Amino acid sequence: MKKAPLLHGYALFYLLFLYGPIILLPIFAFNDSKVVAFPLQGLTLAWFREMAADQNLRNAAWNSLIIALSVASLSTVLGVFAARASVRYRFPGKAPIMGLIMLPLVLPEMIVAMALLVVLLSIGIPLSLFTVILGQVLVCTPFAVAILTSAFQSLDRSLEEAAMDLGETPLSTFRLIVLPLVMPGIMASFLICFTISFDEFIISNFLGSGQPILSVYIFGQFRFPAKVPSMLALGTVLVLFSIILLGVAEYFRRRGIAKAGGKDSGGFL
Amino acid sequence: MAATPRSEARAGLKLISPTAIYVILLLAVPLATVLLYSVLTGGRGTISLPFTLENFAELWSKPVYGYIMLKSLLVALVVTFITVILAYPVAYFVSFHVRPERKSLWLFLITIPFWTSYIIRVSLWFVILGFGGVIDSALTSVGLQPLNIASYSILSIIIVLAHAYAPFAVLPIFVSLEKVDRSLLEAGQDLGESRWVTFLRVTLPLTMPGVIAAVLIVFIPTVGDYVTPELVGDGKEPMIANFIETQLLKLNNFAQGSAFAVASMLMVGAVSVAFVLLNRRFIGGQK
Repeated sequence: MKKAPLLHGYALFYLLFLYGPIILLPIFAFNDSKVVAFPLQGLTLAWFREMAADQNLRNAAWNSLIIALSVASLSTVLGVFAARASVRYRFPGKAPIMGLIMLPLVLPEMIVAMALLVVLLSIGIPLSLFTVILGQVLVCTPFAVAILTSAFQSLDRSLEEAAMDLGETPLSTFRLIVLPLVMPGIMASFLICFTISFDEFIISNFLGSGQPILSVYIFGQFRFPAKVPSMLALGTVLVLFSIILLGVAEYFRRRGIAKAGGKDSGGFL
Repeated sequence: MAATPRSEARAGLKLISPTAIYVILLLAVPLATVLLYSVLTGGRGTISLPFTLENFAELWSKPVYGYIMLKSLLVALVVTFITVILAYPVAYFVSFHVRPERKSLWLFLITIPFWTSYIIRVSLWFVILGFGGVIDSALTSVGLQPLNIASYSILSIIIVLAHAYAPFAVLPIFVSLEKVDRSLLEAGQDLGESRWVTFLRVTLPLTMPGVIAAVLIVFIPTVGDYVTPELVGDGKEPMIANFIETQLLKLNNFAQGSAFAVASMLMVGAVSVAFVLLNRRFIGGQK
């Protein structure tokens, strides 16, 4: 590799720019002052204690957990159907159907949320955690399909054919051969969808009818200066939590590639 | 292959049907409904026949709609320009100057912020830029004047969006850089071109598709961003998404709100198509 000190310096500076606000999170979460400002005032755990004692926050976190688990499961299942069908078969209308499934990737989330909201209000379905799940699945499924498509693509077709020749049915072949090989992809998809759902704001806000959901709760609390330090404590916990989840997802993704004997081209997308 | 095309088609359709039905019912039908509502007669909380273009005429006649759309467009274009210009050298560095086994670590580091709580990151900027916030207090503690950047709503919206969507731009550019045939670059330099000229005449044109992908990936969500104008801009400078909320939910006017959403999507679509066409022209008639 050629040396490029200028570019290297710039890339490091860029990383610092990306991480700047996130680095501030723990700094001010442990800072012993009600005001988020320099100079720092010394260490405290008070904000973490305040966060842990907040009953509304706990309700919101519980709701978010239920939503994220449901969304991750449902999106991954729908993703398996779509990715398997698109990799394995040719069929009429494939391009428009796949286009529609992937559409939320290039559609502002607000449009997805509003379109769904208009229909729900028009036919009189009451907003609830369930409607949030319905909406978020739309947003997460394209990510699941993207991850799972690459998992199914790296699958060796001859393994399936061998199993069929040895007398397995298509269903048992899928269960015994295909599923174990794409399992890492499924795990990665589940974790990524969980992370997206847990962070998601627009759909939670508009399709949730004021139910406490973590992202909506955080958004509301930042408007009260007195609440900001405990929100920073919460942010520290959440960022740590998502980094761990993403680390695990990345591990599964790499293991999947290694299992299939492919070369790592990096990145989730 | 044992399967005839006909049975293969049936198997494929059967397999994709759960996902297809889901997106048709919950995405295609709602989008079609918005389209339909935009040409119906509406009022506060009511919507009815006959079909009319009145809603679109209203958009055209009242300057506030055009102002919001134009402002969102300009903010999104500035943000897109900044993010892509900042991201290109990083993608270039990772693709050309990082050892292959370290590449995925770099990409992982770049993508982490993109996956970590969007709402927290945006809200943090609210604290960083705000009056008496992190930047101002840091400046005053070293004896400088506070800037109070948050009072310039549009500027702070641009800063926050450029930061929030920065990682989006790196990945597509990186992917296109990885595809560049390295021997072409050596050929260019063997023929006596400087590295800079080789970059401008070979690398950059070859990676334009990645740049355009990055432009679209940043442009489309920024033009429709809701949280940043609401929180950082203090709601004083609404963009398209905030205005759709006002029309649909606060004024309860489904027809007018739908028309505004449709018009905004048309504008976003037109700008995106323009980018793609621009790209075709730039690389001179590749497919």
